[in-house]
Amino acid sequence: MVNQLVYENLKHRPVRTGLSILAIAFSVMLVLTIVGLSDGMLEDSRDRARGAGADIIFRSPTASFGTGGGSAPLNEKLVPFLETQPHITMAAGVLIHSLQFPNSLHGINLDQSSRMAGGIRFVDGGPFRRANDIIVDEYYAREKKLRVGSKVALLSRDWVVCGIVESGKLGRMFVQLTVLQDLTSNPGRISQIYLKVDQPANIPVVVADLKAKQPDYGINTMEEVLSFFSADKIPQLGIFLNVIIGIAVAIGFVFVFLSMYTAVLERTREIGILKALGASPVFIVGLLLRESMLLAVLGAITGIIFSFGTRYLFLIMIPASMQQKIAPHWWPKVLLIAMFGALLGTLYPGLKAARQDAIEALSYD
Amino acid sequence: MTDQMVDIRGLTKVYRQGDVDVAALRGIDLQINKGEFVAIVGPSGSGKSTLFNILGGLTPPTAGTVRLAGQDLLALSESERTNLRKNTVGFVFQKYNLLPTLTARENIDIARYIAGLADSPANPQFAEVIKMLGLTERLDHKPRALSGGEQQRVAIARAIVNHPALLLADEPTGNLDSENSSLVLHLMRDLNHRLHQTIVMITHDPEAAAFADRIVQMRDGRVVPAS
Repeated sequence: MVNQLVYENLKHRPVRTGLSILAIAFSVMLVLTIVGLSDGMLEDSRDRARGAGADIIFRSPTASFGTGGGSAPLNEKLVPFLETQPHITMAAGVLIHSLQFPNSLHGINLDQSSRMAGGIRFVDGGPFRRANDIIVDEYYAREKKLRVGSKVALLSRDWVVCGIVESGKLGRMFVQLTVLQDLTSNPGRISQIYLKVDQPANIPVVVADLKAKQPDYGINTMEEVLSFFSADKIPQLGIFLNVIIGIAVAIGFVFVFLSMYTAVLERTREIGILKALGASPVFIVGLLLRESMLLAVLGAITGIIFSFGTRYLFLIMIPASMQQKIAPHWWPKVLLIAMFGALLGTLYPGLKAARQDAIEALSYD
Repeated sequence: MTDQMVDIRGLTKVYRQGDVDVAALRGIDLQINKGEFVAIVGPSGSGKSTLFNILGGLTPPTAGTVRLAGQDLLALSESERTNLRKNTVGFVFQKYNLLPTLTARENIDIARYIAGLADSPANPQFAEVIKMLGLTERLDHKPRALSGGEQQRVAIARAIVNHPALLLADEPTGNLDSENSSLVLHLMRDLNHRLHQTIVMITHDPEAAAFADRIVQMRDGRVVPAS
């Protein structure tokens, strides 16, 4: 019976109900989109790092993972040196130049990097032929609407797309290593070196050996590197997420508060009727809480559905820059966030309703 | 054991309006027997609505003795007055006061739900009452689809569904045309006669008051002695 009353009350004010659900859905979508983007972009970076095909990464100790920090601290003569070390079967140096976030330009030796990655598959075009040739991956090509022969302006230079490769290998944009070295005034310098080992069992042996021989460098297994692509390892991300969750709770609170406050005002007489029938303050507050909880649940479900929409939009509009992952493990959390916001928003109107004088309420027009 | 449903002695009610105390009731003595149909009449400001509110547990008395179905209303806490409204009295208001989002049936059922009787089987006699009120075919309609007379009959059904000791009606015909007024008043008299329902009706309409067994006149917060 009381559920029927809750349902009918919400149905009776469809615009207010709809707006409340949309507001909660928006805040839920906001959280899920941010979480999905952080998960998606980290996963994409992880996949591309894994796609390099290396077992070990050799870096400057101050370089960050992923972009390489946009610097070139290593001498490329280290590449042939490392290739001669026991158990190392292949070494490939890469110069990574950071562009506007989240993009970066990779200077590579295509043959070397392709062998390391187990082959880079071209979906269109082919390898570098001229100095201003650039290879892009499918996502970047789709986002920037590029084809083979298209021009790309980067680093004050016009590049011509010579090939489009499948995504998930190292980076999104590649030029010849020597060209990028010249262009960034880093002749003979590289950002990091990828190493392949003869057998997985020898990876720790090689790492230990290299650390002993080259104690001034950062030497990590690929598994260690991949583990850094996690939200837990980026404290700022956690703070950012908490801020977004706070905003989501605030939005839910404000809208539910306004919705329930106006509901209490509009339904002053109805609350008076219920009181005349013997409804206790707990019953009145419970009724409003059920309404707001239903709004929260419907808002959360709508927000989850909306998050599929934002994912689709990112995928068709900026697949190279932003990858949003659907995060089902956050669905119960956003439901609780929505319910918490709704609960906060209902407290004051609920108490106001519960304290309402029955005689005044019954004479309210 | 007494036959008295209501026993009021020296009842006063004082409201605070700003810095001024306003006496709405100034020492009322009134007894109403079980099964009696009493009309309380009087001009505006005579205190009849205040008496209605006190008897209904909507506001506490200031002083005096008010016993309703054996309960001393002066001693009741807020939650006990809530229970009084739930279990002991039923209200019929001038403006019907039905919940607009619920059907007639649901408006009646919610009174049972609040009283904690939703799961208990409905009294078979109640179906007869619904028939007597002429509501059998109108139960699935919402208030906006009902005429004023039908809404007031639903309100009466809601008021008596939990078998209250006392049915309180405040100007029950105030918003009705003469035909529907007559119908509602006849129904109330039938309820009183057939079910021995004790009824206190507040009205300023002498024709309505004439349906009661007894008419109590009020003026300036006091009961006017019968001449």
